[in-house]
Amino acid sequence: MLLEIAYFAWVRERMGVADETVDLPANIADVGALLAWLAARDARGQIAFAEPQRIRAAIDGVMMGLDTPLAGAREVALFPPVTGG
Amino acid sequence: MIRVAVQPAAIDVVTELDLHDAGGHGASASFIGRVRGDDGLTELFLDHHPAMTAAGLANLAHAAADRWQLSALTLIHRVGPMVPGETIVFVLTSSPHRAEALAACEFLIDRLKTDVMLWKRESFADGHVRWVEPREGDEARAEKWDR
Repeated sequence: MLLEIAYFAWVRERMGVADETVDLPANIADVGALLAWLAARDARGQIAFAEPQRIRAAIDGVMMGLDTPLAGAREVALFPPVTGG
Repeated sequence: MIRVAVQPAAIDVVTELDLHDAGGHGASASFIGRVRGDDGLTELFLDHHPAMTAAGLANLAHAAADRWQLSALTLIHRVGPMVPGETIVFVLTSSPHRAEALAACEFLIDRLKTDVMLWKRESFADGHVRWVEPREGDEARAEKWDR
């Protein structure tokens, strides 16, 4: 499954890119599995996603928990907890 | 009247206040957040999502307008690089009644700290750079509005 991933704040800095398109293996079912897959893929992913509890996600523009299924998703955004205001 | 903006340009507080002054509203409450120059901070950078940040602010604005009797609401958040003293965020709520204006203003500033896709990065005179971590109290202040 082709999936667009966008990174923000220190997640983007650690990944070295703002976004990418990945061909996701069929067994990567939810956001948590995606984080584990990215962490295992290369050194940058390992550093960015070493602590998945510090990561938040949005699927197609809506904030979602890490246990949210990826089926039907087009774009996933991965980022740290927000700090605006 | 709801006005929401996410912008790299400086926030012109006087112009925004003039718009509410001209509206004949009985009461207006405002919040201005500014960059603090603590610990030799030289730059504050606000990262954002091109679509979701504006959508998040609009959702909050409409939630406030649904909950309180407001005649005008302005919610502007700056993004990109800024220096100490500059305005990061401006909230202005107008209503026939002060209690509604004050409550809506506090709701908006509390919730935008936890609900909107914005991230602060601080740069200091000695060269170190760090992303700001959420404060524990922010979550509790935001959640009190759920009750």
